[in-house]
Amino acid sequence: MTQPNEEISALPPGAGSARLDLPELYQCVHCGLCLDQCPTYRVLRLEPESPRGRIHLVKAVAEGRIEPNQRFAEHLDLCLMCRACETACPSGVHYGRIAEAARALLGPPRWPGRALALLCFRHLLPYPTRLRWMASVLRLYQRSGAQRLASRLVPRRIREMESLLPAVPARFFSPSSEIFPALGERRTRVAMLSGCVMSTLFGAVNEATLSVLRLNGCEVVIPRRQTCCAALNLHNGETMMAKRMARKNIDAFLAAGVESVIVNAAGCGAAMKEYAHLLRDDPEYAAKAERFSSLVKDASEFLWELGLALAPRRVELRVTYQDPCHLAHAQRIRSQPRALLRAIPGLEIVEMAASDRCCGSAGIYNLTHPDMSQELLREKMQAIAATGADVVVAPNPGCMLQLDYGARRYGPKIKVLHLMDLLGQSYGAAGPA
Amino acid sequence: MAPVRQPDAGASSAFVQLTETRRFAYAQGRFKFFASGLFSFSARFVKPMSRQDLIDELKEIVGDRYVLSAKEDVIVYEQDASILQAMPEIVALPADVQQVSAVVKAARRSGVPIVPRGSGTGLAGGAVPAEGGIVLSLARLDRILKIDLANRVAVVEPGVINLDITKAVAAQGFFYAPDPSSQAACSIGGNVANNSGGPHTLAYGVTTNHVLGVEVVLSDGEIVWLGAMVPDAPGYDLCGAFVGSEGTLGIVTKVAVRLMAQREAVSTLLAVFDDMDGATRTVVDITAAGIIPAALELMDQLSIEAVERGAPVGYPRDAAAVLLVEIEGVTEHTQRAMNLASALCARNGAREVKKAKDDHERELLWKGRKGAFGALGTITPNYYVQDGVVPRSQLPRIMRTVADIGKRYGLRIANVFHAGDGNLHPNILFDLRHPGELERVIEAGAAILRACVDAGGSITGEHGIGLEKKAYIGLLFNDQDLEAMARLRQSFDPERRLNPAKIFPSPAGCGELRVGPARMPAGLWI
Ligand SMILES: Cc1cc2nc3c(=O)[nH]c(=O)nc-3n(C[C@H](O)[C@H](O)[C@H](O)COP(=O)(O)OP(=O)(O)OC[C@H]3O[C@@H](n4cnc5c(N)ncnc54)[C@H](O)[C@@H]3O)c2cc1C
Ligand code: SF4
Ligand code: SF4
Repeated sequence: MTQPNEEISALPPGAGSARLDLPELYQCVHCGLCLDQCPTYRVLRLEPESPRGRIHLVKAVAEGRIEPNQRFAEHLDLCLMCRACETACPSGVHYGRIAEAARALLGPPRWPGRALALLCFRHLLPYPTRLRWMASVLRLYQRSGAQRLASRLVPRRIREMESLLPAVPARFFSPSSEIFPALGERRTRVAMLSGCVMSTLFGAVNEATLSVLRLNGCEVVIPRRQTCCAALNLHNGETMMAKRMARKNIDAFLAAGVESVIVNAAGCGAAMKEYAHLLRDDPEYAAKAERFSSLVKDASEFLWELGLALAPRRVELRVTYQDPCHLAHAQRIRSQPRALLRAIPGLEIVEMAASDRCCGSAGIYNLTHPDMSQELLREKMQAIAATGADVVVAPNPGCMLQLDYGARRYGPKIKVLHLMDLLGQSYGAAGPA
Repeated sequence: MAPVRQPDAGASSAFVQLTETRRFAYAQGRFKFFASGLFSFSARFVKPMSRQDLIDELKEIVGDRYVLSAKEDVIVYEQDASILQAMPEIVALPADVQQVSAVVKAARRSGVPIVPRGSGTGLAGGAVPAEGGIVLSLARLDRILKIDLANRVAVVEPGVINLDITKAVAAQGFFYAPDPSSQAACSIGGNVANNSGGPHTLAYGVTTNHVLGVEVVLSDGEIVWLGAMVPDAPGYDLCGAFVGSEGTLGIVTKVAVRLMAQREAVSTLLAVFDDMDGATRTVVDITAAGIIPAALELMDQLSIEAVERGAPVGYPRDAAAVLLVEIEGVTEHTQRAMNLASALCARNGAREVKKAKDDHERELLWKGRKGAFGALGTITPNYYVQDGVVPRSQLPRIMRTVADIGKRYGLRIANVFHAGDGNLHPNILFDLRHPGELERVIEAGAAILRACVDAGGSITGEHGIGLEKKAYIGLLFNDQDLEAMARLRQSFDPERRLNPAKIFPSPAGCGELRVGPARMPAGLWI
């Protein structure tokens, strides 16, 4: 296993603004149409906490009119990276790229848990085995009774952070082989991203995805050499590390010789579709990244295009659908997951209000900005409660964790499922063994 | 009887105080009309405060979080959707009318100007603090206070987003008619201040036709109601005078708006033309035929290209112009009118007439139109939009003139506009980073406005004068007109505390005014 060899060094103030010379900045015409779609602006009504405001600030730094100082950083850090502003923008401004460039300039954020996060980004996420080991320790902690003991000893803030975590399941996703043949007639050959969070906390969803793909005629490759998608690194200004991880994934997946790369986590899919942009200046990888990104498909996007070979069986449930930001806004995928839900007979689908508004999970945002995150979550849980649904479907691990936590903290006591859980269930093939 | 407000000692010696409060100001206020001393701005500051004292006082009023003074905060408020910039010293965001009043009083005591701001989508620099001072954002006053469907009235705070009013009553079959293309973002307070219109102005009129009354905070902090909750209030129409005053007469803190019942049927068509002339002739013909469409909107090739690059909706990219026609009413009427309109499109050479089959298709046609301004960012880093108006019959001619002006100055001009009202929006495209280009843009803009006035029209249809059109106001009004307006303003705001430097041609004062990233060429805009 390779060791990180490129380090991010903190930049002196004022330096590197040339790195912000992005054409995207000048595509923003300051029209303001994005304001009311931005969750942080809706809550605070302060323009520095709006997309237009943040773009204006980055522009001001690029032009040397303000310093990229602490205050500037705070405005960027409060952004959820939900990219609702991109959906609202008539000018097609790639806000995400602007924000990522600014975060790269700033380096990793300065909030209290910074050291821990850095440790995590640099030494945990890139290494699946270490991550699993950590998760096992956590599982031991939860099951041994140490958690109950600790809950009486540790400060409230840490207890709250801890309550965001679900119980670590008994089994991780550890596929028994690298290649799984199609069940029934073989229609295509695809690869699947295991994902770091998906394979540790949501192993069952991965298993469901694998079954659903195979049942629909896909030969599935799960490359062993793959790593985490690097979305968190990217959102937190760890560009160098993100690039390394991207290159590793590109090698692993392109070597698999597949027609599509299937991702069941919206955040990972969005990040991997951006590899082409991330590595555009890398002479060795630019072309490969371009090809790789064009292969990446969200599981729902892929299945809907392919067409279901096997008709789903009846599932009697009332469900509501939460649009993950990185599916609806970043990948513009809204109709496909709904169409798949409609394909399951017996499901009653009730739309919630503002289903494409961020639930406040946003990667590790719920840890770094608990107030804003809780505000958004409270609103979200109200919208969900109003539908009277039994199940909320949210095809992204961050949203699933957050909504599950929301259900425990604010109610309603609703079940959170991944779309692939439901499909798998309807095929009678899902669930951990 | 409401308490009589004391005239400010020394403000002006000759003033006529109007009695009978209720006749002039609906609820609690009363007005002074100053008969003389119009241009002697005798601003007297009780005690000049230090900047820090003012900031502290404001924080006490609205809370720490909602007073901004660091450069990394206030810089965001230096611009609206125009290209003009001037940085405020302080931004305050009060939460209710009492706080607004207290902020205004504090500003008055310390002698600094106040510039109200809604969502900052204005296209004329109206919310740009050209003389520095305090930007007072109304964004936090965003509650819908009352919906009275029986009387078809809603009372809302100024920071409520235009579209949110319609959303709140749509399920009951009502809507709020003025629909600026920015309606998903602009505030009702801003709409009132600019007397904004929209695509459906043709059928329903502009903001002033839909505002029954406003609560305002005057320049001395007093809170008054103008107008009423019923149409046709007795006495002078002070509410009418207030609508369109661009934040120079007072700060709007509540608005009573009229709600309208949705029409039985709506149908929308898109006609595709290979030349602009055919499209503009169709507009003339449709209105001449006695059809009154709910909306009649035109977009030229450059605007279509921008929309299709930004957030595509399926407009034909090779067309010279597309015309959106929307007809509302009872079903038989809309069908008949629609057939007639399609025939007129065909007669003027439309190569294709597409009718929206359902709500989804209708929304898509509109989505392109509503996003067109914003989408210009895909084809240009900067644009300078004009807002000229001409009599409808002059449309074919003025569009040819606009094209000629573009050629003469070597500039691309994208047109997307309310054709049914004769309200042009020629967007002159340019890049501020190219030296010398801005000067040509401004000359071309002036030439267009002059052509509009020569054609019997005006220099602004709906965007307001703000900072940006001040230099041109003389094209439209003579000195007496201007004096009458100044008199009105004087009676509301004798110290010129509220949004100074707007509307009237006057030196901009001490604030630093810039255009985009480049320095503003001196004397060009003011
Ligand atoms: C993409 C786009 C499309 C547009 N389309 C249209 C259109 O179709 N029709 C149209 O008419 N306009 C249009 N506009 C212009 C703009 O949206 C309108 O002028 C709108 O009314 C401005 O509202 P705002 O809340 O953004 O006000 P701001 O820009 O914040 O302020 C506008 C003016 O109002 C004053 N003001 C704001 N709030 C208050 C208050 N509470 N009390 C007193 N004064 C106040 C400000 O001082 C300023 O002078 C468009 C703009 C954009 C960017
Ligand atoms: S990404 Fe989300 S939170 Fe960030 S500016 Fe855009 S809309 Fe706001
Ligand atoms: S909608 Fe797009 S162009 Fe308009 S202000 Fe927001 S980012 Fe800029």
